Amino acid sequence: MDFTYTETQDMIRDTLARFLGDTYDFEMRQKFINSDSGRDPAIWTALAQELGMLGASFAEEHGGLGGGALENAIVMEELGKVIGIEPYLPTVVIAGGALKAVGGAQADAMIPEIIAGNAIIAFAYAEPQGRYDLGNLRTTAKKDGAGYVLNGHKGVVYAAPWATHLLVTARTGGDQRDRDGVSLFLIDANLPGIVRRDYPTVDGNRASEIYFENVAIPGDALLGGEGAGLPIIEQTVDEATVAVCAEATGVMQKLHEGTLEYTQQRKQFGVPIAKFQVLQHRMVDMFMEVEQARSMTIMGTLKLGLPANERMAAVSAAKAKVGRGANFVGQNAIQTHGGIGITQELAIGHYFKRATIIEGQFGSVDHHMDRYERIVLAD
Amino acid sequence: MDMEFSPEDLAFQQEVRQFIAENYPAELRGKQDEGEELSKEDFLAWHKILHKKGWIAPAWPVEYGGTGWTPTQRFIWSEETARADCIRLMPFGLAMVGPVIYTFGTPEQKAHFLPRILSGEDWWCQGYSEPGSGSDLASLRTTAVSDGDDYIVNGQKTWTTLAQHADWGFFLVRTDKDAKQQEGISFLLIDMKSPGITVRPIITLGGEHEVNEVWLEDVRVPKSQRVYEENKGWTCAKFLLAHERTGIAGVAASKRGIEKVKQIARTELDGDKPLIANAFFKRKLADLEVDLTALEFTELRSLAGANAGKGPGPESSLLKIKGSEIQQRLTELTLEAVGHYGAPYFRGFGEGDNEHPIGPDYAHRAAPTYFNMRKTTIYGGSNEIQRNIIAKMVLGL
Repeated sequence: MDFTYTETQDMIRDTLARFLGDTYDFEMRQKFINSDSGRDPAIWTALAQELGMLGASFAEEHGGLGGGALENAIVMEELGKVIGIEPYLPTVVIAGGALKAVGGAQADAMIPEIIAGNAIIAFAYAEPQGRYDLGNLRTTAKKDGAGYVLNGHKGVVYAAPWATHLLVTARTGGDQRDRDGVSLFLIDANLPGIVRRDYPTVDGNRASEIYFENVAIPGDALLGGEGAGLPIIEQTVDEATVAVCAEATGVMQKLHEGTLEYTQQRKQFGVPIAKFQVLQHRMVDMFMEVEQARSMTIMGTLKLGLPANERMAAVSAAKAKVGRGANFVGQNAIQTHGGIGITQELAIGHYFKRATIIEGQFGSVDHHMDRYERIVLAD
Repeated sequence: MDMEFSPEDLAFQQEVRQFIAENYPAELRGKQDEGEELSKEDFLAWHKILHKKGWIAPAWPVEYGGTGWTPTQRFIWSEETARADCIRLMPFGLAMVGPVIYTFGTPEQKAHFLPRILSGEDWWCQGYSEPGSGSDLASLRTTAVSDGDDYIVNGQKTWTTLAQHADWGFFLVRTDKDAKQQEGISFLLIDMKSPGITVRPIITLGGEHEVNEVWLEDVRVPKSQRVYEENKGWTCAKFLLAHERTGIAGVAASKRGIEKVKQIARTELDGDKPLIANAFFKRKLADLEVDLTALEFTELRSLAGANAGKGPGPESSLLKIKGSEIQQRLTELTLEAVGHYGAPYFRGFGEGDNEHPIGPDYAHRAAPTYFNMRKTTIYGGSNEIQRNIIAKMVLGL
């Protein structure tokens, strides 16, 4: 048993932390998230080309550093600490993960583009009726000659306004909620018939509603077998869920640290409010949630390679625990700051907003507790 | 002991229902759910209708313009307005400074200000909190220095709700620096158009402009606008805080809120069933209803005490704590119910922009409202302060 990071992993963390410290303070972040495009593309380019960070979790044969899920977790935690909006999750963790899972010519062609920073890939999976069920799909891809024709509506697709490509789940067969008949496609984001409505999200990101209107896509856009995409999608989303737990750990750590710092500066009744025992115990409880989030992230990350049922139980346990912790730490950070915590001026409120969205991302606490129970506590 | 409304109460309930049905402005119906920030005119439209009817200030003594309703009738009134989803009336004049003026003010102050509060002619704001004085309100540092018949006021106030609309503000200021903290404070009514007043917006997490900073630089205020004695303003402040806490339970509004969440949960799908069929979600709704019932009956007991002539006591802290927690849980449950569509940020309808918001109508204010309602456990005396009050005043610790 060994929970230490390798030298390379430490180096990745240190390099990224230093870079983000220089390029991503709160004022800079506010400036670019409020700009027209909502981002500073130079940061993504620098992550790829100056830091080589986008290759951390890819194999050396594709030009990466040979890492995997642990490297993704490191990057996501550091992004969490600055409430980063870089599309690392959909591009590297999700699309990269799916490409690694299917391998072959598609992976050989696309992974180097991701590593170089040329490709930004948004994950178009959620549908208005589907909630957190990955297989509940009305979007269809109908066979048409050598290719397919795509029709449907995908909701709240993070990073879609910036994307060069879309990773899309669609039905090539079966009924709306069948496990069989789900396929995964990687397509160019600007194909004719793709209609986007872009908007900001409450956590500082950008997203889109995407409507596919008779979009003709080539046959080689299909990742994996036709109609057999759900297991790959589930594996990929589990990897993404753990990566979001890692991000949450960074967000929660900052919420806790910010609260500790504020309560030692803020004086009421002649003393720093950190002297009040009721606040001390609350901050201890917050600290314990941060530590457990870190533990569950490591647990979930290390179990990603296990057989599907064990993997899903571990990921759901992690996400449920982290979701509750993010809620507790976020709400108590705001409460302890008082009025100033509810303003746009302080960073703390923006961390709280991200923590709030993370709670529901890839499934609420209830959703994951339910999945855990179905696997672990089956009669 | 019984909990039935009398035949008179039931008749009154019918009268209220009919009045609302016939008089509530059609254009305001549902507007507060549509994600639009309500304008000053929106708030005043309903206010003026109630003023014309004579129902604008049920809690006031009849001699000053009250309705003479029993506490039970007032309870029915707040239930029915919440049930019909009427927009809330601004409390700053009606529930806050009005009672202070009719309790502590001079005959001239009563004659001048009270009718203007009732008619809606003056919009009021509250100048209490300061950047360095939140929970420890008595440490406030805004000064008022005597200069003949006037005071010269200097300082900074914060969290001043809707001061951008205000004609008048009621302010706590320090008139004696050497006295013990609570004993050197006075209660002043200040014309917000006075030279030296600057109002600056504070934008909150949902993107709203609801609160402000108010800067006062050499603002000249006639001493005739001081309520009660010099250095006795803390008496007015304590009186007002107790008043603020009673209305804060928000039982009627939370009941209506639960109905809205149920409606959302009947519409949202979870697999092939509505979300309300999900056992976990249903249990959370049930928990909330049970807690709200406990709050309601605690408030009714307090109301029965008021019927018997007892003023609001420290138990109002209990109503504030539990009421605010329930309000927050409601927003949390709403956000959970809307799933993915909690994330899109709807900035309101811009000029000439009639594009429909993203996702279902009930979803686009879910996250901003959740963020915004974190204030309820902070304002009006934070819940930590309320627990201190109960520990000290009720438990005698």
